[in-house]
Amino acid sequence: MIPLPALTLPTAAFGLFGDAFNFVFDGREAETGGVTVGGTSQVLDLAAKQLEVTLLALAVAILLAMPVGLWLGHRQKGEFLAVSAGNAGRAIPELALIALMAAAIGVGLVNLVVALAILGIPPILTNTYVGISQVDRASVEAARGMGMTETAIVRKVELPLAVPTIMGGVRTAAINIIATATIAPLAGILTLGDFIIARNVYGDAGVLAGAILVALMALALEGTLAGIQWAMTSKGLKLKRS
Amino acid sequence: MSGTINHGLAQLAAVDQGFFTDRSGGGCIQDNKLFCPGWVADNYDRYVHPTLQHLVLVGSAVAAGFLIAFALAIFAHRHRWLQTPFLAGTGILYTIPSISFFFLLLPITGRGALTAIIALTAFNLQIIFRNVTNGLRNVPANVTEAATGIGMTPSQVLWRVELPLALPEVIAGLRIATVSTVALATLAVFANGGGLGTEIVTGSNITFKTGIIVAGSIAVIMAILFDAVLLLIGKLLAPWKRKQALV
Repeated sequence: MIPLPALTLPTAAFGLFGDAFNFVFDGREAETGGVTVGGTSQVLDLAAKQLEVTLLALAVAILLAMPVGLWLGHRQKGEFLAVSAGNAGRAIPELALIALMAAAIGVGLVNLVVALAILGIPPILTNTYVGISQVDRASVEAARGMGMTETAIVRKVELPLAVPTIMGGVRTAAINIIATATIAPLAGILTLGDFIIARNVYGDAGVLAGAILVALMALALEGTLAGIQWAMTSKGLKLKRS
Repeated sequence: MSGTINHGLAQLAAVDQGFFTDRSGGGCIQDNKLFCPGWVADNYDRYVHPTLQHLVLVGSAVAAGFLIAFALAIFAHRHRWLQTPFLAGTGILYTIPSISFFFLLLPITGRGALTAIIALTAFNLQIIFRNVTNGLRNVPANVTEAATGIGMTPSQVLWRVELPLALPEVIAGLRIATVSTVALATLAVFANGGGLGTEIVTGSNITFKTGIIVAGSIAVIMAILFDAVLLLIGKLLAPWKRKQALV
């Protein structure tokens, strides 16, 4: 039913990788003729756009999902809602979401950010809820007994103890969002994914260059968030883990 | 002779043309309202092949991902120092967006379903590896000690005690991996890998809303069904443990 692709020779593989490298650093004429494509300036433009929409959408998702997760987790309520949201979120086909958003509501930055934020909300909500609600109740009772207000309990006891789980959710959301930002050109915003999707313009070198750049960018974002998580985790928790 | 063939082809083309105009669900494509039931009634059969392709993509990727990740997890269970590098390695594969992975493979496997399956498998590894590893780690030490105490060999302890106790977490990992893969496999269209994505991006056209909704809904329903089946399998295999792992 599904045809197997022909295997190309390894030498050809190096050739295309070299070609992709050239594409990133030197511009070239588009396959469709006329304009110059590729080169560092276009690469940086598209990379900046991809980072911009990713961070915007991640910020929106955090602002919407985290307070709800904190509140539900602190009150130990709404487990079904918080956990089902996470499960349902995974089932959303990214491509259909972006396509439908673009077709039904229109293309543009705001619509794209909303669609991407929708993908980021479920993991943040679920992980925040689970992280907060799994904090040892004895610690919370002790804090209450010491006279801490409920806000102080969330801020000084529950939140620090839940950092690893919450950040796990933020990292999952970030990966989903930056991956989906790659197909943002379908919604009229040109990101690095344009190199991948518009093969007729950029050619195979552009497609491969786009794939490499997107992969590096996702890994860099994940690495940065892992670093932030490490910096935010209290010393006591780090000792416990090692 | 060739004239007859050409004539036949022309007739076929004409039939084809009529086939499409008759099946537009009464102007659904031209009107392009949010959802047009007439289109679905006229065209439900065009979704059969993409759905089957989608099933093949997901089934192959999850099966391959499970076999590899399970083997890695068992190996790392014996050689604990391998857990960190395995986790880091599968983490990198998980982080690289699938759509990018498809085209990183372009010089090696070209375009097609195999490329899509490899990329989706790479995505799955971390989810399954982490859940198998956590499941094995969460088996209480006194249980494995008791098993050793009654004379079980290390491999008997693994297969008869540790793995059955780790089963709920293994299944939870499989559920996460499967549901995510069903959604991600829509992107296989960009790698010429077929699947439901072909009904979302038809040529350069992504504006036919009813088509997007139908294909997207089939993917969501497929994810829910897979999830339900795995949940059921988990309950049948581990009836002593009803509580499923949450994250």
